[in-house]
Amino acid sequence: MFGRPKTAPMDAARAAGTRLHRFDGGLRLRHHKKMSCEVPVQRAALPQRLYVPLLQHTGRAAEASVVTGQRVLKGDPIGCFRHLGSGCVHAPTSGTVSAVVKHPISHPSGREGLCIVIRPDGLDQWRQRQPIEHWAEAAPETLLERIRDSGIVGLGGAVFPTAFKVRDASQRGIHTLILNGSECEPYISCDEMLMREQPDAIVLGARILQRAVGAQRTVIAIEDQMGAVNQALGDAVRRAGAGNIDVVKVTTLYPEGGEKQLIQVLTGLEVPAGGRPADLGLLCQNVATATAVARAVTEDKPLVERIVTVTGNGVRRPRNLLAAIGTPIADLVELAGGYAPHAARLVLGGPMMGFPLASDANPVTKAANCVLVLTEQDIRPPQPELPCIRCGECARVCPARLLPQQLNRFIRSGNWEASEDHGLEDCIECGCCDFACPSHIPLVEWFRFGKSQLRSRAEDRRRADLARDRFEARGTRLERIKAERKRRIAEKKRALGDQRTMKDRIAASVERARQRKESAE
Amino acid sequence: MSRHFDTGAAPHFPPHATVGGVMRQVLYALAPGIAAHVWFFGTGVLFQILLATLFALGFEALALKARGRPVGVFLRDYSAVVTAVLFALCVPPLAPWWIAFTGMLFAIVFAKHLYGGLGGNLFNPAMVAYVVALVSFPQAMTAWIPTTDVAVHGLGPLDTLLTILGGRPVNDLGWDAVTGATALDAIRTAAASGQPIDAVRESSAFGQLAGRGWEWIAGWYLLGGAWLLYRRIISWQVPVAVIVTALLFSSITWLADPATFPSPVVDLLSGALVLGAFFIATDPVSGCTSDRGRLVFGAGVAILTLVIRRWGGYPDGVAFAVLLMNMAAPLIDRYTRPRIYGHG
Amino acid sequence: MLAAVFSIAAIGILFGLGLGWAARRFRVESDPVIDRIDAILPQTQCGQCNYPGCRPYAEAIATGEAPINQCPPGGEAGIKALADLLGVDPLPLNPENGAEALPTVAVIDEATCIGCTLCIQACPVDAIVGAPKLMHTVIAAECTGCDLCLPPCPVDCIEMVPRPVPEEQWSWPEPAAAGGR
Repeated sequence: MFGRPKTAPMDAARAAGTRLHRFDGGLRLRHHKKMSCEVPVQRAALPQRLYVPLLQHTGRAAEASVVTGQRVLKGDPIGCFRHLGSGCVHAPTSGTVSAVVKHPISHPSGREGLCIVIRPDGLDQWRQRQPIEHWAEAAPETLLERIRDSGIVGLGGAVFPTAFKVRDASQRGIHTLILNGSECEPYISCDEMLMREQPDAIVLGARILQRAVGAQRTVIAIEDQMGAVNQALGDAVRRAGAGNIDVVKVTTLYPEGGEKQLIQVLTGLEVPAGGRPADLGLLCQNVATATAVARAVTEDKPLVERIVTVTGNGVRRPRNLLAAIGTPIADLVELAGGYAPHAARLVLGGPMMGFPLASDANPVTKAANCVLVLTEQDIRPPQPELPCIRCGECARVCPARLLPQQLNRFIRSGNWEASEDHGLEDCIECGCCDFACPSHIPLVEWFRFGKSQLRSRAEDRRRADLARDRFEARGTRLERIKAERKRRIAEKKRALGDQRTMKDRIAASVERARQRKESAE
Repeated sequence: MSRHFDTGAAPHFPPHATVGGVMRQVLYALAPGIAAHVWFFGTGVLFQILLATLFALGFEALALKARGRPVGVFLRDYSAVVTAVLFALCVPPLAPWWIAFTGMLFAIVFAKHLYGGLGGNLFNPAMVAYVVALVSFPQAMTAWIPTTDVAVHGLGPLDTLLTILGGRPVNDLGWDAVTGATALDAIRTAAASGQPIDAVRESSAFGQLAGRGWEWIAGWYLLGGAWLLYRRIISWQVPVAVIVTALLFSSITWLADPATFPSPVVDLLSGALVLGAFFIATDPVSGCTSDRGRLVFGAGVAILTLVIRRWGGYPDGVAFAVLLMNMAAPLIDRYTRPRIYGHG
Repeated sequence: MLAAVFSIAAIGILFGLGLGWAARRFRVESDPVIDRIDAILPQTQCGQCNYPGCRPYAEAIATGEAPINQCPPGGEAGIKALADLLGVDPLPLNPENGAEALPTVAVIDEATCIGCTLCIQACPVDAIVGAPKLMHTVIAAECTGCDLCLPPCPVDCIEMVPRPVPEEQWSWPEPAAAGGR
């Protein structure tokens, strides 16, 4: 209340997980996870067509590297990065490329993007694979290249290309790897099921990532209500004989699973504003990402499928499905028993941070952790939004200790300096303030808009500065050219000086001659 | 065949709280105090509440229409009703009907809608109404009545109603016959004439601990406030700051001079301090929003109230204290901003 | 009465001295006003304000020679920012200087271009590359959309198109206005 612990020394970071701390704000939400955890993860049958988007990660889209009619094997690269900031995309199964077209890509804007459409041939045949057998002796750079070439991105929802994150982190020196298994958003249970059913793969992924980044130990964070998971992971750690991997239970409070909040809980430290966890010597990865890394390194299987939780009161049999990337969501819903009556909204993600999809033709992407079908009772009726009554509930629940009521006012009135000053860039868009607001103001929508505006204003400023520099440089250049020209003309004038005097003399004589002629008339 | 859905913004959860729900909880929490009020002072307060509510809703509807806003939506948020009820609890039970009229005119039209409506008012509307009424109609606003058990000419419900509507006591009784001093009035008179407090302690205005009847009402307001805290309608910072600071300040002055200054118990249970602590100073729109700011706000309200009570011109200073702190709220907010995650 | 006059005067002098000292003690150093005005202007260098570039216009505003409402690329937002900076009332954009429009970039139709270099000389930020009798082309990232290259072109091969927004710079739209406000 009177002053909080500021960023403490590195020792606290090294001691991650030994003591649990608390983060500010947060909400205790009802889980709704049991409904989808009652049956094991089921492999989803391949659909008629797979629509694999070329943009499934933060950064620029990949470029198609296949053409219509081309035959591909499972794991063949079909989209390559043309720019350093993007990841690559692989064929989820063997078949033929039937088209490269624009199609909905499960993006929050609802827009379409370029997709590779593949018609599976039913054989599900892998391409030639080259596992890295002795990864424990391999150079970290080899492991990073394999991660990059396998198209692995952060599967917790941020879909940041993992290879870049890990390489950037290892350059700053990492001592502790944190595996994030605390899936805090209600309804989503894909990570929980993964941890229950494939704990060995997770532990293997942890050890590989540890080697790739040079960390000394790993902390796997799970929620304290995941009882079976604790047992499964503990056994897997024992089987692997890994003495430096600890499984830690954290309290179930939304948004515990956010990277910044998890680090605060495990270490009591705050990631510096504008900085990254690597500044504290920590690297945070989702457990599914770790599993993908394990598969990529030990089996040379790129990221072509993921577990998706299909749940909500709007599907008849909620469950977790192992789906190929590019599977239309409609197919997944079919496998989950089809739509229940009164299914009213289709959300990709959880009820707090997920975004609605207009159609179930949208495909499963690397970011799709949950397909949530809600009925009318589950969603807010479209009611008019009331003005802010400054109750302060939003500030009370904000994990970033922001003042959403102030940010709301500033953004609406276009006061960008004040909103930046009040920490708009530090908003993690968790939705706690939205949930708590009695006036039902769509705060996160406004903050997303505000952040976009700040970004585009920064971009405008950069362009303006560039234009100003170029204009001034041009002005200087033109001045210089003018001055040189003047100098040259002055030189020429001097050189022609005598000749001019000669001309005057001739002119003067001609004039005299003329006058003489006139006077003689 | 793909199926299409309507889209809507996150969070995709049923509503957790509504403004109307919050306001209704405040009204429920006031109910025990209102019941105690009726028990001790008769039905006058109920008529005041009724009148004030009717006038408030009427003015609100007119103002909303004039501003071109949806009337039904805003009437249903109960904020005008809360303003009306709080005002009605601060005026004498026999106050004539034009007190409620003037009060609600200033509260709803001037203090609320001219500043932008719900969420826009700088000052607490109920307190603005009280102060305007007090300054415009000083006699009517200070004509408090004794408790029913000691009243010589107690009025029944019908007589009360007729008094309020008529503007003067029925049956040609005259104001002196029906009114009586409150405990704070008695303390003020004693201070003004230089008498010690003990001299007035035995008067009929006092009960066991503090003002007769008022001590019970304050107790029930306290319980209502505890209910609001439990339901998380209000946060603990303002009420705790008000009460703790009031007790501290009062203890210091009382220990310094017990003859001139009332004891902390009397101070706490008299007047509108408890009502102010839980229901008036906690008005979210005109108060501070940060936790530390609310502590400062509450402390300020307590100190100013007690200063006005002792050395100011009025027996009770809650309304002025709240308005003065409303003025300071934006500044306090500015300097008590919480440190953002990752900064500093 | 005299005592009252003296005491009020003394208080006034005291506070005046205090304010003067505070103004000096708490002074905040800031950029000269011309630089701050120039930082607000969009640097399109188009000349629609009737000045040969943004810096001359900034200087004119600083000296009071020009009003703040002559910059169409800056638009209403720019006028408001200038008004806030200078402490004056915002004015509506002067229609004589042009209208607020979406950002554009120039595109040269290479099939029609004759390589005369007139547009290269006209561009205030050197955003066109080319040489005499060789192809000219606009560097889209540098182009400010000022339109100054259009008049000199003898074959009218330059077209202004809306500035394309790259995929990764997609921004969230403004939420719909509230029902109650």
